[in-house]
Amino acid sequence: MLIIKYRKIFFILSALLIVGSLVSLFLWKLNFGIDFSGGALLEANFAGGSLPSNDQIKNALSGAGVKDVVVQPTSENGVILRFETVDDKTHQKIVVALSALAQKDQKFEEKSFESIGPAIGQELKKRAIYAILATLVGILFFISFAFRKVSKPVSSFEYAMAAILALFHDMIITLGIFSFLGKFAGFTVDLPFVAAILTVLGYSVNDTIVVFDRVRENLIKRMGNNFEETVSISINQTFVRSLATSATVFIALLIIYFFGGESTKNFSLALIVGIFFGTYSSIFIASTLLVSWYKNKLKKS
Amino acid sequence: MEFLRPLVSFLAKIFTPKGAQRRYVLLVVLLVLVVFLGTYNWAKPWNVFATKFNNAIKVDLLGKYSPKDFSLGLDLYGGTHLVYQADVTNIADKERDSALSGVRDVIERRVNLFGVSEPNVQIDKVGGDYRLIVDLAGVTDINQAVQLIGETPYLDFRIEKPGGATTTADFLATKLNGKNLKKATLSFDQTTYKPQVDLQFDSEGAKLFAEITKANLGKRVGIFLDGAPISIPVVQSEITGGNAQITGSFTSDEAKLLVKRLNAGALPVAIKLISQQNIAAQLGGVSLAKSLKAGLYGFLAVIIFMILLYRFSGILASLALFVYAVIVLAIFKFIPVTLTLSGIAGFVMTIGIAVDANVLVFERMREESKNGKSLMASLEDGFSRAWPSIRDSNISTLITSGILFWFGSSIIRGFALTLAVGIVVSMFSAMVITRLLMRVFINTRLSKCISFWIR
Repeated sequence: MLIIKYRKIFFILSALLIVGSLVSLFLWKLNFGIDFSGGALLEANFAGGSLPSNDQIKNALSGAGVKDVVVQPTSENGVILRFETVDDKTHQKIVVALSALAQKDQKFEEKSFESIGPAIGQELKKRAIYAILATLVGILFFISFAFRKVSKPVSSFEYAMAAILALFHDMIITLGIFSFLGKFAGFTVDLPFVAAILTVLGYSVNDTIVVFDRVRENLIKRMGNNFEETVSISINQTFVRSLATSATVFIALLIIYFFGGESTKNFSLALIVGIFFGTYSSIFIASTLLVSWYKNKLKKS
Repeated sequence: MEFLRPLVSFLAKIFTPKGAQRRYVLLVVLLVLVVFLGTYNWAKPWNVFATKFNNAIKVDLLGKYSPKDFSLGLDLYGGTHLVYQADVTNIADKERDSALSGVRDVIERRVNLFGVSEPNVQIDKVGGDYRLIVDLAGVTDINQAVQLIGETPYLDFRIEKPGGATTTADFLATKLNGKNLKKATLSFDQTTYKPQVDLQFDSEGAKLFAEITKANLGKRVGIFLDGAPISIPVVQSEITGGNAQITGSFTSDEAKLLVKRLNAGALPVAIKLISQQNIAAQLGGVSLAKSLKAGLYGFLAVIIFMILLYRFSGILASLALFVYAVIVLAIFKFIPVTLTLSGIAGFVMTIGIAVDANVLVFERMREESKNGKSLMASLEDGFSRAWPSIRDSNISTLITSGILFWFGSSIIRGFALTLAVGIVVSMFSAMVITRLLMRVFINTRLSKCISFWIR
């Protein structure tokens, strides 16, 4: 009952989060990884001694014809270099120039190298946006279909719209937080991030549907004196389940984040943030929107 | 969904609480399934054990599996990921697909010569662009790989533009190209003793060459290698045998090298390297060990959480979860699904989803029993009432994973597939296995104590 009663507070809270996210996106954009922005990334190891200085590395690379190098040491012997897309010949030159930096008894080792043309990045961005839109449309149709039997007092299309709005809410806030983290903590938006966002969409709608399903069942059973009460009962009935499920998924994800190694950090953080807001929006936004729309309808008629 | 109804009613018939016997039979079936799939997943330790056991009893009782491993993605196994852009501007729209599959065959052949196990060469068509994606597992020397593929010659035949040709740009592409080359051999001109390269076409190439020579009698036909003319003979007569000669002015060493390159495969179109990624196996190994450990910890944490929250039901759900993991891993191995880092993360994620189904059921059970139903009745109602929301919510996640698969670059496809497999199996695990286990135990004295089952 309390959630429905104080729904405006949650709407305002969400609106603030969304505005904050949009501001962050506007100010700092997204920190795209090289899969999207194009460019080259070289991870190297100078085993058996300390790293050459940043200037030494930069000089070596400019000798090979590469300017604008970002040098980022990862450990005592490891370093990550970022620069523009290069062809294979330049890559060979870079490797030769870097090996020359190794001191006596020190071994230079190229651990990984990536060079991605800017065209590919553009295309991936386009495909990512298409994938997200396609998912939203797919879910819109599915919910409209799954809830066709309870089109009173709120049409099944409105259930679908409420779920989609909740999804936008989750997505925008996750993107906003990542633009903030990208600016201040170096988190990047890469291909696995898109997979994470899409998973969040799936999970969040999953969560929303569980609540809606209860509304559907309670409407058929004529629980509650009016729609507002029915929704309220349904939220209360599914509340513990929503928290329990999210808690288990959260535990699993936190463990991946802390123990899963560097390469899955970005991905698991995106899931953690997304699923947190996904759970929140399923309980506090999606179902309460239904009540608000219903009340608006009542006022009009 | 309507199509699920017969399946559900069939399963319901098997699992209706008639007769304890039937339940025990099913339990045995389940146990056999788990042992079978479990040993399939961990084939190597099993084979070692089976050998020892068979030796000990001196009878070949226990079977063995062919030691097939999980298929690991480049990020776990280490390897090279190359993307080439094919230049199809000279090729008619209709011919492009077949030209690209020609490129793929040639590259595959070359990579095989290099000794890469299971090279993965895919054609990727994006808008009007044709790309070739080459994944070489285990090849960490990117330079070697790039060189090897880069050496592939690109051979095509061009004809003079109407009105004659003065520069090489005046030559027009034909359908005859490296794809049609069957064999190249080195020979020497009978009179001048100059080296020449004899080309032999396949049947399609022979037909094309006959057409070209017939239509261009007295004109020149250019033989282009890597986009530059190496020989531009004048056609004297129609040539139907499917043979052509390159009589450029080269030394016999150059001619030998050309023959070798052509025999390893000639490309129908030019390709250009636009993206390369190289993941050292060492890095992959560390990530794999870490991810697997994380997966295991995640699994244990979820089990502890479930038992704290749902007591004995939680223990049974955890058993079902174990069966779930065994089934999913067996499917991953069997299809095979290429496991990547994000794929493993996706798998851990589906453990959460599998648990969700159990949570939905148990919460429902609690409610039903609070409303005064007996434990048995609330168990049955818990499962049947929770089903619509489990079904609908999982279908929406399946839609997402379908779209992810379609969106698909290789990393994401692996993730989408793990997600989809996980969801389908999780429904089976929660609705069938957990229910079976609970029915087996609820018909014992344990049912007397309700608080033992649910909070």
